Amino acid sequence: MKRFLPLIIFACLCVFLVIGLQLNPKDIPSPLIGKAAPQFSQPILNETHQSFSPEQMRGKVWLLNVWASWCVSCREEHPLLNELAKQQTIPIIGLNYKDQDDAAKEWLSKMGDPYQLSIVDRSGNVGINYGVYGVPETFLINSQGIIVHKFTGPLTPSLIRKELLPMLAKLNQSSS
Amino acid sequence: MNRFLNTCQRMALGILLSLFSLSSISIANEAKPLADNPELEAKVQTIAIELRCLVCQNETIAGSHADLAVDLRNQIRTQLQNGKSKDDIISYMVDRYGDFVLYKPPVKSNTLVLWFGPFIILLVGLWALLRQIRQGRVQVKLDSGNPDDVLKARTLLSSAKKDTK
Repeated sequence: MKRFLPLIIFACLCVFLVIGLQLNPKDIPSPLIGKAAPQFSQPILNETHQSFSPEQMRGKVWLLNVWASWCVSCREEHPLLNELAKQQTIPIIGLNYKDQDDAAKEWLSKMGDPYQLSIVDRSGNVGINYGVYGVPETFLINSQGIIVHKFTGPLTPSLIRKELLPMLAKLNQSSS
Repeated sequence: MNRFLNTCQRMALGILLSLFSLSSISIANEAKPLADNPELEAKVQTIAIELRCLVCQNETIAGSHADLAVDLRNQIRTQLQNGKSKDDIISYMVDRYGDFVLYKPPVKSNTLVLWFGPFIILLVGLWALLRQIRQGRVQVKLDSGNPDDVLKARTLLSSAKKDTK
């Protein structure tokens, strides 16, 4: 037994290493979950004279998707958002984060526009209030305006199937 | 062929040079507010070194050139100008980004292992070391002296061990 002790300790270290390697260091729990979505009033992309505030979505379960035309992984998840919009699974509001209006408009016309509307956050202040640090990020907000979940990084088909859709079903059940 | 290589080299040099000039421009832009109000900047720095840049996680907001770090430094600056205290600003950041934004994690029930684990490992190591040293001393005593005696003692000891088994 004593002879194998170093080997056992080494095996334990290996197990910890493997677990550690599989964790995603970008996955930081957001303190905003379970709290009201921060309020703001920002202009809307393409609509110069209108503004949007989260209050307008009260009573609906919706997604706030943070995107930018400069963001590479946004390209990855964009077809999935298009699909969600096409199937009318959930209303999606875009937060166009630290972008140029022209570049953003061009990007949407090229890649497709899954958003009911996109909010312009050129300074990134709304982003700071939502604790955004890695675009894309997606917030799931319930009918009372509470943030239920946050996806950091691009959505994937398995994230949508295993996490988003079950949560959505639960939210719709409790509200009806 | 040679000519082609030559132009390639020249192009590479050109790109490198333009990159350098670009980076020096961006540094110049960032350094500017320092001159405006050194006292305020120093305050911004003392707060910024306590906050983690979430994009490049092993850097503080003070040391990072990431976009978000620049934004957060600006945020600290405007809040200081609005008369907010250091604690106000730090709790503002924690409310939005969580405890992870603190470069020095707070002592909480879920960080106890983080804070005290290393000391426990150190104690266990010390204990193992001391034990090893004590055993080693016995060994040394046994080895010293007449080689024949040592051999005799060894055989006696091993037979005694067998007996007790």
